[in-house]
Parts: sequence; C-alpha cells; structure tokens
Amino acid sequence: MQHAAIADQTPELHDPHSFITRYIWSQDHKVIAIQYSLTAVFVGLVALVLSGLMRLQLGFPDTFDFIDPSSYLQFVTMHGMIMVIYLLTALLLGGFGNYLIPLMIGARDMVFPYLNMLSYWTYLLSVIVLLASFFVPGGPTGAGWTLYPPQAILQGTPGYDWGIILMLASLAIFIIAFTMGGLNYVTTVLQARTHGMTLMRMPLTIWGIFTATVLGLLAFPALLVSAIMMMLDKVIGTSFFMPALLSLGETLDYTGGSPILFQHLFWFFGHPEVYIVALPAFGMVSDVIATHARKNIFGYRMMVWAIVAIGGLSFVVWAHHMYVSGMHPAFGFFFATTTLIIAVPTAIKVYNWVLTLWRGNIHLTVPMLFAIGFIFTFTHGGLTGLFLGNVTIDLPLSDTYFVVAHFHMVMGVSPIMVLFAAIYHWYPLITGRMFHVGLGKAHFWFTFLGTYAIYLPMHYLGFLGVPRRYFAMDGTDFIPASAQSLNASITISALIVGLSQLLFLYNVFWSLRNGKPAGHNPWGATSLEWQTPEVPPRHGNWGPELPRVYRWAYDYSVPGTEADFIPQNHPEQKGAEG
Amino acid sequence: MNFFKTLGEKPWLDPTMANSDALVAVDPLLASRTALRFIMGIVSVLFFLFIITYLSRSQYPDFQALAGQPWQPFTDPGRLWLNTGILAASSVAMQWGLWSARREQINRAVAGVSMAVFFAVLFLVAQLELWRHLQGMGYYVNTNPANSYFYLLTAVHGLHLLGGLLVLANVVFRVWYDGALTRLSGPLALCTHYWHFLLVVWLLLFALLTSRVETINMLAALCGF
Repeated sequence: MQHAAIADQTPELHDPHSFITRYIWSQDHKVIAIQYSLTAVFVGLVALVLSGLMRLQLGFPDTFDFIDPSSYLQFVTMHGMIMVIYLLTALLLGGFGNYLIPLMIGARDMVFPYLNMLSYWTYLLSVIVLLASFFVPGGPTGAGWTLYPPQAILQGTPGYDWGIILMLASLAIFIIAFTMGGLNYVTTVLQARTHGMTLMRMPLTIWGIFTATVLGLLAFPALLVSAIMMMLDKVIGTSFFMPALLSLGETLDYTGGSPILFQHLFWFFGHPEVYIVALPAFGMVSDVIATHARKNIFGYRMMVWAIVAIGGLSFVVWAHHMYVSGMHPAFGFFFATTTLIIAVPTAIKVYNWVLTLWRGNIHLTVPMLFAIGFIFTFTHGGLTGLFLGNVTIDLPLSDTYFVVAHFHMVMGVSPIMVLFAAIYHWYPLITGRMFHVGLGKAHFWFTFLGTYAIYLPMHYLGFLGVPRRYFAMDGTDFIPASAQSLNASITISALIVGLSQLLFLYNVFWSLRNGKPAGHNPWGATSLEWQTPEVPPRHGNWGPELPRVYRWAYDYSVPGTEADFIPQNHPEQKGAEG
Repeated sequence: MNFFKTLGEKPWLDPTMANSDALVAVDPLLASRTALRFIMGIVSVLFFLFIITYLSRSQYPDFQALAGQPWQPFTDPGRLWLNTGILAASSVAMQWGLWSARREQINRAVAGVSMAVFFAVLFLVAQLELWRHLQGMGYYVNTNPANSYFYLLTAVHGLHLLGGLLVLANVVFRVWYDGALTRLSGPLALCTHYWHFLLVVWLLLFALLTSRVETINMLAALCGF
C-alpha cells in the first residue's frame, strides 16, 4: 500500500535559504548522505593508515621503532572498530541509505528530516569522541575490536584508563545516532512510497537497506547494553562482567561476574552486524549487475526472500564466534547447523547474480567490474566461512590468520568492492559528472588483484598456525621461517592497495570539476532515482509532481520494445511477448 | 498472512496488477505511529537483554537477591508499590487527557496532560528518593550485582520516561504554537501508548526486582542458565 500524503507534502517545509541551512545544518537527505559519506571515508582513511602501520610491523619486524607492542594493539583495535562500525555501517546506511531511499521510492525526503539531521551530527560526535582517544593519556584502547573483559579494562592493556572509556562512550553515541537514522529509513520505506511503488516493486537496494536497518535497530541494543554494563564495571566498580581476580599481585574489588556474558551480548550484536553491512551491499550489487548487464535480475522474488531469511537467521548464529570460549556440545551443534543453513539463502543470491550475468549484454564499465569482483571475493570469503562454521574445523583455525583472511574477504573486501561499484555507479547522479574511466579501471585492477595478493596467502599462513594479534612471531618455532617472506609480500601488497586508493580519491575530486557532464540517466537505468527532472536532483527531488510507478525496477531488454530498458515511471505497456 | 502474500507478488507479470492497489491518502501521523512501534520494539529488546543478563548473572554465587530475608530492602516492597501507584496515576491521567482531547474538551485534555506530567516527574523524584533510601541502608551500586541491576534498570527506565516527557513537551508546544488544540488527540494518542508501554515495562522490572531467590532461580532455569 502506498501513502502518498506524506510524499506529496510540499518541500518548503525545510527548504534551505542560506549556505548554512543548505550545506551544514541541512535537513535534505542528499546533503546529509554526503556529510555521512565524507565523514565515514575520512575516518576510514585513518583506519586504512592504521592497517598499513600494522602491516609494516608484521612484514618488517624490528625495523620501525615507533611501533611498539602497545601501539600495535591500539592500531589493531581502532582499525577493526572504525572499519566495521564507523566506516561500513555509516557509509552503507547513513550514506547510501540516506541518498537512495527517498529517491528510489519516489519520496521528497525522509519522513523525519530534523531527526535525520540530528542523526548525522550525533554520528559526527561519536567519531570525534572516538578519535579523541588518540590524544588522551595512555592513548586509545588496545583491547582488540571485540573489547573482551576482563582484560579490556585492566592494567596491562593499552588505553585501559581513558581509551576504553572513550571507546565505550563513542559506541553508545553511535548507537543513538544510528537509531535516529534507522527509524527514519524504515519509516520512510514503509510510509512514504510514491503512487504504485508496492513493496515488491522496490529495487533490491531498498530491500537490502531496509532489512539491514531493521537488523541494526534490533541488534545494536545488545552492543549498547554491553557498553553500558562494561562502562559501569570500569567506572563505578560493578561486577557485571568482571570476575573476582588478582591483577599485578593485587586482589581487585570485583566479585565474580561473567566475561562470557559479555561475549554473548557482543556477538548477539556482532553477527547481525555482518549482515547489517552485507545486506545493503547485496542489494546495491544486484542493481548494478542488472543495469550493466541489461538484464532483469534473475529470481527477484527469491532475492527478496533470501534477504529476509538471512536477516532472520542472522540472529541465531552468534555463538559460532565463541566455539573456543567453550559451550555445551548441543549448543555447538545448534550454532554450527544454523550457521551452515544461513549459507543456503546466501548461495541462492550468488547463483542469481551469476545467472543474471549469464547471456546478459554485459558492459564492462567500472561499476560492473567492481560488482563482478565482488562476486569473486564474496564467494571466496563465504566458502571459508563454511570451514569456520564447523566446530571441529574452527577449533584449530581459531585465532589464526585464516580467520583474519576469512572475515576480511567476506566483510572487508566484499562490501568495499560494492561500495566502490556503488560510488562509481551513482557518481553521475550525485555530482552530475562522469568520472575518469581509465583511472577507475586502474583503481579496480589494483584493488581487486591487490586484495587477493594480501588475503590469499593469509589463508595459507593460517593453515601454518600463524596466530593473529601477535606483535612479533618470536617463540613460535612451529612456524617455518619462510612464513616471514610471505608476510613481507603481504605487506608490500597491502601498501600498494592502500596507495592505489589515492587513484580513487583523485578521480572523485578531479572529476567533480573536469568530468564530462553526465546528462540524464547515463547508464540507461530503470529505477526512479535516475528519472528526476534535474541531475543532480534538487531539493524536494521531484519538482511539482511526484512520479507514478507502473512497473518493477528490472524491465531491461524487454522483447518488442524500442529501448533496451523501460523506466519504472513509464506507462508504456510491455511488448506482446513480454 | 499479509506479509507472505506481499512477498508472493510477481511484479514482472502484469504492470496493471499492482496499480489496482488503492492509493491511501493517510494522515502523516501514520509515520509517527510506525516509528513509535519501532521505538517500542527497540526498547523492548533493550530491556529484554538487560533482563536476560540479570537472570544469567543471578546464577553466580555472589548474587544476593533484594527480597526474601527480613533484612533485605524489597522483602517489604511498600515503597515500590507507592512509586508504581504514582506511575499508574500518570498513565491514567494521560488516558483521561486523551479521551478528553478526542471529545474536543480541551480544558480537560490539558488538565489530564498536566497531571500526567506531574505524576511522571513525581515518579522520577520518588525513584531518586528510593535510591537515597537504599544507599542509606548500605546497598550501594557496586556492593552486589543485584544492587547494580536495581540502579541500572531503574536508571534506564527513568531515562526513557524523561525522553517521553521531552517528546510530550514538544507535542504540546507545537500544537499550542500552531493554535490547533483540536488536533491534539492524534499525537497525544501516541504519547499515551508510550506511557502505558513504560508502565508495563516498569511492572515487569518491579516483579523481577522484588522476586525471591527461588523465583529468580526458576526463571533462570527456564531460560537455560
């Protein structure tokens, strides 16, 4: 059912009149999206530099004096947390969610624009609080991105005094920001769709973002609960998670809490978080593939069902992150089984992407290259997930580089491939200019081949038993010396991949001024965001009248029609064969 | 099942099919109602998780429930009953205000909302007084996990009530500012739902915090702890 009343509201409600209301205290979803994206990319670059520093230490130990064991652990922690929460979640939902939802469903804006603006500024505050931890005594926390107690708040862990407090505060602020944004996304999708935009006519991008937001709204409270309780353990001396223990020869006041309880809470958030990142990526890549292969997405309904099923299942697999923490064998069996079951809808999606490409009119544009790259990296990361989902295989591989390689392929590289695909795909809409194709292709090949050069050998190191989180490999005699050469080669690849991102940044900023004007709908896409009266869309998106939707978003190469695509707002009937 | 029917649509078949879906010109309030449902869902998850961790934590030997033995503070939950009565009065006043607003009896509606705000603030003050009372008895926040949970849960509940008060103030101010008091009932209905919801949450917390060891152990066993 559509609810035109909200969508039909005139845009004057928060029409910007000055530079400040237009670009700073803006309530326009597109400006907020760009604010979110720029902040997320900035903080992501910080995390990228941290990973480069980590790799320098691992590839060339004893070479860099400014990296000591403490700072190494701090780099690990901040890199992980920033990438997962402050970059990926913020960019996919705060950035793309904000930009695309109203445009793709034919709304003028989010239903609560003021709340939307507040969401961004709260997010910015959380980033500032997080980055502030670099400048406090003791530096940021080095507890690892999972922040496991008791070590996270005890002496001996870097940043145990101020760093961890700022981290927990920042997470709590982020969750408030996400909740404000998330309420907007789900309500807008449910209540502000334009005439004719039924749920099953929505592009898969919107299905992915919508489902991921619901997951986020239900999963982030677990992180909030654990952050609040750990903060109380740290600041007031409660014993929610802290067991009775001796630290540095001193009996502490803690009375017997449960660190495992924290792990359950953390992963009850942590596993859905994987899909909070993955589902929007799944959605966006589906649209990129369909558009650039000029073919309807294979199995649209099944894709929607798979998104919903993955969303539901993601809440019952969390303890597969805790096999080595110990649990009842029956629980181990349960969580291994659910973990393997979640591979079914995920595999369906991969098949459907491949079958969409099958006999499609594939245009190897830059977004399409990244989308195809995603299918490779995601399949790769997903398959190693099947290894780790089994208790007996997980036990020896746990805490080795195999795990690092697995989750970077599935949750790092894959969503980032989609993010690049999406940025290149929607760049002409957002800026009104085309990017430089040559630079884009160079960026793709450096990134795609480079990430394989990083993570493929890492699986092998994992099989050798090289442990993760170690500052140096001294005292691990079972690892052959040759592993170090592999580590050095990984570092060199990582630095090349890191530097190649400058190509992307240069392309984005250079093309803003020098790119060819994109014109209207340069990819020949069907979905609504490309059908706005102006490119880039202006405030209110649609001019005086909202679009009316007559079809789904995948009418590509319909037999019997003149063009090879029919936009969603085009009333023309399909050809006789259609 | 509407949801499955929706997921069963075949949007690629007949473009005219979905157009038959009637256009519903709805009140923008529907968006707020949807958002409120999500908010109540999120808050429920939040308290559910707190309660689950409470039950799990209760099975460790250092946990001493706040009720059971004569010297424990909630064996006689008189003060808690008083506070519960105040919060219930706030809910009742909101409901009365809403009924009056629906019948366009504006003076009564304003009186109802004012009383609801008064009782809500009184509840918060009474909760703070309860904190002082417990501390006076030596039940500090970090002396026992049961104490910690008491302070934590009441604080989180109180913050949600405070948030509700801010939203209510915003609603009343905006309606007043627009000079459209007759349109108070829509947003007030949503506030009233939230008020009742927080009352139910409080009743659950009340039951949990005043439970004796046997009850807590039974609940924990039911949850598999």
